[in-house]
Amino acid sequence: MSAAPKQDQYDVVVIGAGPAGLAATAMTAEAGLSTLLLDENAGPGGQVWRAINSTPVKTEALLGVDYWSGAEIARAARDSGAEIIHRATVWSLDRDLEIGVSVGGGSAFVRAKRVIIATGAQERPFPIPGWTLPGVMTAGAAQTMLKSSGLVPDCPTVLAGQGPLLWLLAAQILRLGGRIDRVLDTTPRANYIAALPHAFGFLTSPYFSKGLAMMREVRAKVRVTSGVTELAAEGDGTLSAISYATASGKRERLPAELLLLHQGVVPNVNLAMAAGIEHRWNERQLCWTPVLDAFGNSSVAGIAIAGDGAGIGGAQAAVVRGRRAAGDAIKALRPQAKIVDLSAELARAERGRAFLDVLFQPARQFRIPQGDTIVCRCEEITAKDVLDSVAIGATGPNQLKAYRRTGMGPCQGRLCGLTVTELMAEARGKSPQEIGYYRLRAPVKPIMLSELASLPKSEESIKAVVRG
Amino acid sequence: MFKRVDGDGRGSVTIHVEGQAIAAREGDTVSAALLASGLDVRRATAVSGARRLPYCMMGVCFDCLVTIDGVGNRQGCLVPVAEGMQIEIQKGKREIGK
Amino acid sequence: MMRDYDVAVVGGGLLGSAIAWGLGRLGQRVAVLDEGDIAKRASRANFALVWVQSKGLGMPAYTGWTVRGAKAWPKLAEELKAQTGLDVVLQQNGGFHLTLGEPEYEQRTQLVARMHNQVGAADYQMEMLPAAEVRKMLPLIGPEVSGGSFCPYDGHVNSLRTFRALHVGMKQFGVDYLPERAVGAIMRDGNEFKLTTAHGEIRAAKVVLAAGNANQTLAPMVGLSAPMGPTRGQIVVTERTMPFLPHPLTTIRQTDEGTVMIGDSKEDELDDRVQNFSVNAVMADRAQRTFPHLARLNVVRSWTGIRVMPRDGFPIYEQSETHPGAFVACCHSGVTLAANHAFEIARMIQQGALEPELVGAFTARRFDSEAGAGGSGYY
Repeated sequence: MSAAPKQDQYDVVVIGAGPAGLAATAMTAEAGLSTLLLDENAGPGGQVWRAINSTPVKTEALLGVDYWSGAEIARAARDSGAEIIHRATVWSLDRDLEIGVSVGGGSAFVRAKRVIIATGAQERPFPIPGWTLPGVMTAGAAQTMLKSSGLVPDCPTVLAGQGPLLWLLAAQILRLGGRIDRVLDTTPRANYIAALPHAFGFLTSPYFSKGLAMMREVRAKVRVTSGVTELAAEGDGTLSAISYATASGKRERLPAELLLLHQGVVPNVNLAMAAGIEHRWNERQLCWTPVLDAFGNSSVAGIAIAGDGAGIGGAQAAVVRGRRAAGDAIKALRPQAKIVDLSAELARAERGRAFLDVLFQPARQFRIPQGDTIVCRCEEITAKDVLDSVAIGATGPNQLKAYRRTGMGPCQGRLCGLTVTELMAEARGKSPQEIGYYRLRAPVKPIMLSELASLPKSEESIKAVVRG
Repeated sequence: MFKRVDGDGRGSVTIHVEGQAIAAREGDTVSAALLASGLDVRRATAVSGARRLPYCMMGVCFDCLVTIDGVGNRQGCLVPVAEGMQIEIQKGKREIGK
Repeated sequence: MMRDYDVAVVGGGLLGSAIAWGLGRLGQRVAVLDEGDIAKRASRANFALVWVQSKGLGMPAYTGWTVRGAKAWPKLAEELKAQTGLDVVLQQNGGFHLTLGEPEYEQRTQLVARMHNQVGAADYQMEMLPAAEVRKMLPLIGPEVSGGSFCPYDGHVNSLRTFRALHVGMKQFGVDYLPERAVGAIMRDGNEFKLTTAHGEIRAAKVVLAAGNANQTLAPMVGLSAPMGPTRGQIVVTERTMPFLPHPLTTIRQTDEGTVMIGDSKEDELDDRVQNFSVNAVMADRAQRTFPHLARLNVVRSWTGIRVMPRDGFPIYEQSETHPGAFVACCHSGVTLAANHAFEIARMIQQGALEPELVGAFTARRFDSEAGAGGSGYY
């Protein structure tokens, strides 16, 4: 069982034990800074290196060398002297660098001199008709089950979408004896041309050869349909079929019990936005990314963001960004320490990213749904509902909340926020930046009322509430 | 829907789903164990009663909500299984006292 | 846009929308000028009570106005349902203010006595009930609940759906809702008012200021005054749970969707972007002492909002002597008084004059003497 933080004050608090968080933790703790690493999962690794210490899939070739590279960094963090708490939910972070954290049903506040947010990425919402049906999951979900529990699909299964993770997952499922009936590739054909100017960086990056090999491996075993422009999940209470159409006019209906969707990942912004950190709409990655300086420092003094939460860069870049943010924290708290310049290493790790961003930019129809397609999974609000609200005067996501409760459910906008912004932007003829995003507030993850009740109460607060 | 790969050397853990014993493995999350069980583990949403299964398996979507040891609306994808754990499928809104 | 209107309503919150809906209902050509997505909006931060008890200590007319508003609410709910198909889920079967421990019970008993003794106050049957009586109506109360006051006129409504229904209804009445048009200046130009916004000018024969606390700055442009004393409040909301609370409380209510709203605080801090967790802790603690089963529920959201609050807590309805056709309306209880605004105030504005017998007590001239110390517009 995880225990609450041992102290109420640390030099550095790192949030998230993926590549960026583990690398940052190891570095600040080794430099002698009191470091606390808080992570929501049962063990280190984040999503990319999930279950790195516990996976039942031990044969190295099955998960690949990139996966196992995480073991050494996780070990370094563990041996660094940092205090590491798993199954810890950070539900609040404010401008005073006070962090609300829930562990084992109890909450506490800890203070930090520096905070490094390394909360990574989540799957980009993929709002197609029927995406809430049981049996429709993200590719990341299937990969999590594969890595942490050695579970692979054994029913009629379709993978649909685009991007490196889709191919990696397909290769891993096939290597482990799982079933895939079809891969539906939604990469828009125009993207190949748009991405060309960025091709040089990509050709000289490690993504290139690895990516090609993986696609060959999958195509040898599974039929791949390219140029998919329409996609719908069908079924009554559970997924039974997938229908699609391609750019060349082909239509088909595939029986399926499992549909794994993926159109890239986007930063997990909830904690950072709730802390008041400025974000801007990123036209290339089509998501919100924080405004950061060269070291990852955000608009709130003392808070840095590293890893994919700083903008999608992949695991290698995340490690370097984690170290860069750690270096800056060390420099701030131990001015005599010598910090290695990591800019060249970061440039190397980020090489090829522009090509991937443009090539795998999801098509409009897979980001901006229509009609009865659900936008907000929690409150079950459709695209039509959103457009009706625009028609009576909703100007942005926050007025929309008042009209339709979008983003007010337990996921707190994580799976509808981007869709709502883009849908409203299109309907109003404005840019996503002009439309804006939900105003987020703590708790960024649910906590029990009793936890909130157990927090310190001042006399002044009691007077503000108990008024006769 | 899902099967276990060969050579999984982890120890077995028994959990109970609506009273029925199923074999999970050490390190499984509740959601992974439920999906591996082959049982109908679809929850019903609190809004319309629509059926759902886990979507993201990483703590984001809240479609894995489940009652664990008498406590409702827990994120099954973030809770590891433990011997003897009692699981109930979440049916709509959280019940009083759960 | 140069369309001329009969009335320009400044502010598209619950108060402005109710008046604009009411004017649209009477066939008036109306424009509603509103701010954009990020604004201090009490209409999306309120607690959604339709509340009578304890209102009006220090101003008996406010009690009468509140009772009238509560009684007119069913008509508003019915008309909105008939017009828009939206059910705002009005429930008026009485509400409680519960007390924890004997000193709070004593204090509340004294308040109820003072309300009853007030000369001219309407009798609205607010009474103290001991814990055993409360438990008959609210079986899940905890052992620390010492009792509370009950008023049969109290109730609540889905205030966000009311807001939406008013906006849908406004559109159907032909009211032009014009967001992202904060009003910078208002000028008298012949028989018209000219309102300047960042996106052009609006002309209207009459103007109604319903801009919440911003009325304080707008009112002097048309020879009016609206002294405000805003406060901040925080609210905590849980996940959906099965129905357990048949009556709303001053500080706890269960919405028709199933979530439990827990309020509220009254703070001097006026930054609505930051939260005071110490305050949230007090509210959460009192909620779980009132209903112990709430302790295990998950809190999914919390927020801070800025109350629209005239300086003495009572509403202000005033017409301009120097700028005939200009009105100001502001009050804390935009939900409770929505029916009054939709039916009575809208009618008076259409006719061009406020009716002293109904709203004369709420003149802003009461602040001229500055005698009006804090009343009990809000507890």
